[in-house]
Amino acid sequence: MEPGTHRGRAAGQPDEPPAAAPPAPPEPPELPAPPEPPALPEPPGPSAPPAPPAGGVGALVDHLFRHSAGQMVATLTRILGPRNLSLAEEVVQDALVRAIETWPHRGVPENPRAWLMQVARNRALDCLRREASHARKAGELAADPMHAPVPPGPVAPADLLDPLDPAAPAADDSLVMILMCCHPALAREAQVALTLKTVGGFSVDEIARAFLLRSATVAQRLVRAKRLLRERRIAFALPARGLGTRIDSALETIYLLFNEGYAATAGDDLVRSDLCGEAVRLASILAEHPATARPEVHALLALMLFQASRLPARCDAESALVLLADQDRRLWDRALIGRALGHLERSAGGERATAYHLEAGIAACHAMAPSYAETDWAQILAYYDDRLALAPSPVIVLNRAVALSMVEGPRAGIAALAEVAEDTRLRDYYLLPATLADLWLRCGERQAAAVYYRRALELSCSEPERRFLLRRLAACEPCS
Amino acid sequence: MAKFLMLARSDARAWDGISAEEGQRIVKQYIDWSSRMREAGRLAASNKLKDGDGRVLAANGSGVEVKDGPYSETKEVVGGYWLLEAADFDEAVKLAKDSPHLRFGTLEIRAIEEM
Repeated sequence: MEPGTHRGRAAGQPDEPPAAAPPAPPEPPELPAPPEPPALPEPPGPSAPPAPPAGGVGALVDHLFRHSAGQMVATLTRILGPRNLSLAEEVVQDALVRAIETWPHRGVPENPRAWLMQVARNRALDCLRREASHARKAGELAADPMHAPVPPGPVAPADLLDPLDPAAPAADDSLVMILMCCHPALAREAQVALTLKTVGGFSVDEIARAFLLRSATVAQRLVRAKRLLRERRIAFALPARGLGTRIDSALETIYLLFNEGYAATAGDDLVRSDLCGEAVRLASILAEHPATARPEVHALLALMLFQASRLPARCDAESALVLLADQDRRLWDRALIGRALGHLERSAGGERATAYHLEAGIAACHAMAPSYAETDWAQILAYYDDRLALAPSPVIVLNRAVALSMVEGPRAGIAALAEVAEDTRLRDYYLLPATLADLWLRCGERQAAAVYYRRALELSCSEPERRFLLRRLAACEPCS
Repeated sequence: MAKFLMLARSDARAWDGISAEEGQRIVKQYIDWSSRMREAGRLAASNKLKDGDGRVLAANGSGVEVKDGPYSETKEVVGGYWLLEAADFDEAVKLAKDSPHLRFGTLEIRAIEEM
């Protein structure tokens, strides 16, 4: 029988709070209970009484494997040091495979996270002992002048004996890991890939699918990133200096992750929509930790939660995109909006209004509006003006034009877009012609609208977006 | 009701490079299947066998030779078993056909000889 005796417990109490967990951290929900002696995971002895234990003892909550993997890699990286990141990933993978082989027969253990961690830990100990014995032999070889000295590489396995140290909640490890993955020495794409792989528990193939890259490309980025962490001897600790920069970088990575998922939420691949959830989870880790709970962190989290609240309404039964104007607002997730408002409030403490603050403010206006027409467009327009003053961007100009069109009419919006019509950064951005098409349609100019919808269709977009554009185009050309 | 031993064979490398999410999906499929079996009163026991920890015994001229094995590196090694209860062989086969294991390996069903 696996860790702990799960037999005495009735099935079906998966949500029971982890009573035994010491100083309750906000995340994750359950800190692994103190490990049960003796060592896991081998079920001892002959299979006892005939009544099979399997089934429903522990809970197989959504994303349990993925989230546990991320936490375990972070914790093991703290213990083993960042240069052993690959070893941490390897033993975590081993633990997952072990679960895949064992749980079908024995059921989910009572505390699945602790079970997985124990297996990974044991595996890491095995590896380190083997390595230590190799190092000894290498030492003997090195004493032989015929052989070049071999760089020693043992890690004291003693630290591994208690990786479930309650003094270091797993969320802390994940936080340090996020900031490490967002080290400024790494390129943005490497930061994203490394964060998803190590903190998120995503596989190379999943990351490749999410970003429409080849698996080999992702694998290569990860290898390079890990090598860089090793070479620079990056420590596993909250950075003593430059924490703010590191947080900024992490927020950019997280927002990129979210947008990548959001753009494709209606898409055909579930992995991409998972990116939104992962981005929210990562930002929550930052928002809940005193060292990183800065106003801009709350602002970004609020922004993403507002956006996420609209996901259920963003796609219709035929998997076509539904514009904000046409969404059934009853489908918006009120619980997420509530959370978003809470973080928006907590974001107000700082001195500077970041882009995240302004965009969260805009999202809040939408979330609070009873309908598209009754939205506080003047307030939104003011936020966009501030946003442009902060950092000009053609995409913001585009969005501001929509707000302007709601305040001053569609022709004002079209005029405002002349400014970015030739911007090369928007050359392949389907939303520019699609927005123009919509504005012309609102002016009653169907032919002009059709021209722009056709132009939008020539550019790349997701399938639901495509279906939406085709439908709009058809509406412009009733006779053809 | 008769008892049937269902031996699960699979390639030791079946899970190489599997993603966490996919792994969880697979575990869930197995657990859903065995829950259905148990609720129907069809599952008497289930165990995974330890990898690479077997002994093969054979008498030779003077005594018994004990060899380690079979190794899990071997393809299609028995990794675990389920003990099913079914009215007859046909029903046992029918139950086994629903097992998610068939996506990852093969199943061998043997009837337990009753006294």
